[in-house]
Amino acid sequence: MTTAVNQAMVEKYKGNFLKEVTDNVEEGNWVKMCMQCGVCSGSCPLGPHWDHPPQELFMMIRANKREEVLSSTSMWMCTSCYNCVARCPRGLPITHIMHGLAHYGKRMGMKPKNQPTEKFGQMFWDNLIKKGRVNELKLGLGLYFKDGFAEGVKVSMGKQKLGLNMMKAKRMSPLEILGGHGVKDLSGFHAMLKKAEELEAARVGANTDAK
Amino acid sequence: MKIGGYLCTGCGIGDRLDTKSLESVAVREGRIGFCKTHDFLCSQAGVDMIKADMALDGDDKVTKAVIMACSRRAKTESFNFGAVPVSRVNLREGVIWIRPEGSEHDETTQEMAADYIRMGCAEVKAMHQADASGEQSKNNHIMVVGGGITGMTAALEASKAGYYASIIEKSDRLGGVMGQLKQRQPEHSPHQNPQDTGVAALIAAVEADDKITVYLNSSIAKTAGAPGRFEVDIASTVGAGTHAEFGAIVQATGFTPYDANKLPEFSYGKSPNVVTQLELEALARAAGDGPIKRADGKVVENVVFVQCAGQRSQKEGHLSYCSGHCCATSIKQAMYFKDTNPDIETTVLFDDIRTPGAGGENFYRSAQDKFVTFRKGKVSTVDVKGNDLQVNFKDLILDEDAQMGADLVVLATGMLPNSGTDIDTMKDKDESGEVKVSVQSILNLNYRQGPDMPQLVNGFTDSHFICFPYETRRTGIYSAGPVRRPMDAAQAQTDAMGAVMKAIQAIENSAIGRAAHPRSGDLSFPSFRKEGCTQCKRCTVECPFGAIDEDAKGYPQYNEARCRRCGTCMGACPVQVISFKNYSIETVGAQLKAVDVPDEFQEKPRILVLACENDAYPALDMAAMKRNESSAFIRVIPVRCLGSTNTIWIKDALGSGYDGVVMMGCKKGADYQCHFVKGSEMAHVRMAKIGDTLSTMNLESDRVAVHEVAITDIDRAPKLLDEMVEVINRVGLSPFKF
Repeated sequence: MTTAVNQAMVEKYKGNFLKEVTDNVEEGNWVKMCMQCGVCSGSCPLGPHWDHPPQELFMMIRANKREEVLSSTSMWMCTSCYNCVARCPRGLPITHIMHGLAHYGKRMGMKPKNQPTEKFGQMFWDNLIKKGRVNELKLGLGLYFKDGFAEGVKVSMGKQKLGLNMMKAKRMSPLEILGGHGVKDLSGFHAMLKKAEELEAARVGANTDAK
Repeated sequence: MKIGGYLCTGCGIGDRLDTKSLESVAVREGRIGFCKTHDFLCSQAGVDMIKADMALDGDDKVTKAVIMACSRRAKTESFNFGAVPVSRVNLREGVIWIRPEGSEHDETTQEMAADYIRMGCAEVKAMHQADASGEQSKNNHIMVVGGGITGMTAALEASKAGYYASIIEKSDRLGGVMGQLKQRQPEHSPHQNPQDTGVAALIAAVEADDKITVYLNSSIAKTAGAPGRFEVDIASTVGAGTHAEFGAIVQATGFTPYDANKLPEFSYGKSPNVVTQLELEALARAAGDGPIKRADGKVVENVVFVQCAGQRSQKEGHLSYCSGHCCATSIKQAMYFKDTNPDIETTVLFDDIRTPGAGGENFYRSAQDKFVTFRKGKVSTVDVKGNDLQVNFKDLILDEDAQMGADLVVLATGMLPNSGTDIDTMKDKDESGEVKVSVQSILNLNYRQGPDMPQLVNGFTDSHFICFPYETRRTGIYSAGPVRRPMDAAQAQTDAMGAVMKAIQAIENSAIGRAAHPRSGDLSFPSFRKEGCTQCKRCTVECPFGAIDEDAKGYPQYNEARCRRCGTCMGACPVQVISFKNYSIETVGAQLKAVDVPDEFQEKPRILVLACENDAYPALDMAAMKRNESSAFIRVIPVRCLGSTNTIWIKDALGSGYDGVVMMGCKKGADYQCHFVKGSEMAHVRMAKIGDTLSTMNLESDRVAVHEVAITDIDRAPKLLDEMVEVINRVGLSPFKF
C-alpha cells in the first residue's frame, strides 16, 4: 500500500515537494516560513551527527529533493530536546516537523534501512497495540535481540544486574513473558485503533484522490 | 563700562583652592574691574548678583564678564547673559577634579587655577559683542527640486507648516519613479499585501494646495545667494524661464536605475524575458487585474527573482552598496504573481534578505505564507534556452551548484543617485586642462566651490548618518530621498519631512542671522581686514560649506547665512586677517600668552592643549567627572573646530616657552565625526606641515601632536596628555623660556 500512496503523492504534487510537505506532514505548513538563519542547526546537540541539520532539510524541501529528504536518517536522530523550538526566531515547531517528516517518510515506504530509532519505534508500537499496555520485559528483550541472537545474549548478560534489580524493586515482572497485563476493555481498544486507521486512510485517500 | 569677575567657591572650589589669592590674580594680573566671590554662583542669588551689575549705568555697568566656576559646558542656562561677552574659567572640571588632593599637589594645582583665570581675563578683553549682519530677511518660500514622492511630500509638509513651496520637475509630470509602479510595499499593519502607491492622491493634494507652485518641464539654470536669499533662474523646455527667490532648498532628485546592460552574464538584452524590477512594473501595469504576460504574450508561470544583481559586489562596474529597497520590491512583485494565481512558481534567489523595520519583516513573512519560495543562492549566469531561460546558481545552504528553469527572470538592480556633478572630480583636470563633466549639474550653484552639493561616498550627498542625519555640507540646502542614500518609498517620505524641517529651521535662523547646526543660535560671523588680505584664496578653498565666494578683485566674499561659524577660514588664513567678533586669533592668542610660563629651573613644563569644543573638550570634561587624573602642566583652550587652529598659535606658544602642544579634533575621512565635516581634516593637513616651523626653531617634532578624539574617549583623552608629558620628560624642556 505504501508504494501506491507514494506513487499517488508523486503524481499529485508533480515536483512541488514544499506543497506536499505542507499538506501532509505534521506541522509541515511551517516549513515555508523558515528564513534560513541556521539557529536550529547550531542549537542541535546532535547536529554534528546529522547528515542534514534542520535548516538544510528545509532548504532541500524547497529544492524539491523529495527522495533525499524522505529517506534521510537525519530526522530520526532528533531526541526531542526542543532547543531548536525554543530558539527559532520564526517560532517553527522544528521538533514536531522532524517527527512529522520521519513519520511521513516511513508512511511513503522510504524509511532508512537499519535505523535504530526507527526499529525501536516500530517495536514499541507493535508491543503496545497488542494489549494496550507496554510489555516492558518483551520490549526490553526485543531491543536486546534486535541485532541477532548472539548479540542479544551478550547484551542481556551485560544488563543482567540491572534486570535483577528492577525485578527486586518490582519495576518489572518475569511473568510478563507469559503475555502480561493489558487494558480492561481490550476489544474496545482495538476497535478504537481500527477506527483511527480508517480515519487516517480516508484522510490520506482524500488527499491523494483530490486533484 | 567694566569687566566683572565672578569667582564661585562652591562644588569644592573654595576648599581646594586659595580663592583670596585667585581674586587678586584676576584683578591685579588679569586687570579686570573687580572680582566678587560667591559660594553658589549658579544659584538664583548668584546669577541675580551678576545681572544686577550688568544692569547698572555708566562706568559701573558690567559689559563683559569672567565666570570663574565650572566648565563652559555646565550651567549654560544660568550663565546665559544674552549678547554680553562672557568668558568661562573652568576651575571645577579643568582643575580640581583632575588634580589629586594633598599638600604636595597644592602648589601646582593653585598655579593651574591662576593661569586659567589669567587666560579667561585675557580672552574676554579680546571678545566683542556679536551682532547679526542683517544680510538677509525672512523668505518663507522653499524650493523643492524634483517632483517624485519625496519632493511632493516635502512640498506638502512645508505647506502644512505654513510655508510656501515650489516644485521644480524636469519631466512633464509629477510622480517620479513611484508613478511608474503598479503598487507599493504596504505602509501599515498588518503589512501583508501590496497597496496603492498613493501617487495620484499626492498629485491631487499638491495641485489643490495654493501654497505650492509646480514648474513642470523645468530645470534650474542658476542658483545664487544664500539661505534666506536664494536667487534662482528656472529654465523651461516649453516656455519662458522664470526668476524666483527662495529661503531654502530641498533637493529630492531621486535616483536613476542601474544600467542592466552592464550585466551580460544575466542575458539582459539578449532575451526580452530578462527584465529589471522597473520593467516588471510596466508588465504588471499592462496586465491590470489579469495574468502578467511577457513580451511575447505568454502568460508567466515560472518567475525567478535575482537579488543583488550588480549590487553589493566588488566587481568592476558593479555597485558596492545595498540599495535597500530591492528585497521588499521583489517580495511585492512576487505577490503580483501569487495574488493572481497561487500556482505560479515564484522563486527569490537571495544572498541576504534585507527588509528593514517590523513592517518589512511582516511583509517577508506574508510572502512566505503565500508560498513564494526563497532560496539562498548566488546566481552566476542566466542562459537563454529557446524562449525560456535557465538560471544557474550556487545554493549557499546546500553548498552545491543548481539550475532552475524560468519563463521570466527579474533582476533586482540598484539605484544611482541623481546628485548632479561631482564637484570633487571637477577639480581634477585632464591633460588638456579641460574639466570633464559627464553629468549635468542640478542646482547650478554659482558657489565658488562648485555647482552642486558635495558627495560623500558612492555619489550620494549624505552626511554622517548617525551624528548628523539630514545635515548637508551646504547650509540651507537639504537633500532627501534616494539622492541622499539608498532607501525605499516610506523612508524617502520620512526623509522629505526631515529635510523640510531643516529647511524651515534654516529659513528662520538666517532671517535673524543665527547659525545653523552645530553652533545653533550663534550670531557671530567671520569678517576680514581687507588691507591685510593677500587674496591667496586659502579661506575660499578650505571652507567646508562653500560659504565664501570671491569678488571681482579676488577678495573673499562672505555669505553669512551659508556659514556655520566653524572658523576653518580663520585657521587657514596665513596672514591672520579673518576673525569673528567673539572668537579670533586674538581671543586664543591672548589666552596662551597670558599663561605664566615658569623658568626652566623650576622644572614645570607647560603644555598647550587645543581641544575641539564639540568632542574633545566634553571628553575631557567627562574624564574630570570620572576624576581621571591629568597632569598639572596642561593648559586647555577650547576651539570651535580644530580647523580654526591657526599655525600662528602654535608658533606663538612654542616661541613663548611652552614645551609641547597637543591638538584634539574629531575623526576625519569618509566616516568623519567632525561637526564641520572637513575642519579636522584641514587641521591635520596644516599641522602635517608644522615640521618646517619646528625645525627652523630647532625644536623636536614630537613637541606637537595632533589626535583624533571622540566624545567617548573619556579614558583615552587624559592618557594622550600624559603621553606628551612623557615626551617632554624625554626631550627636555623648551629652550625658549625666559
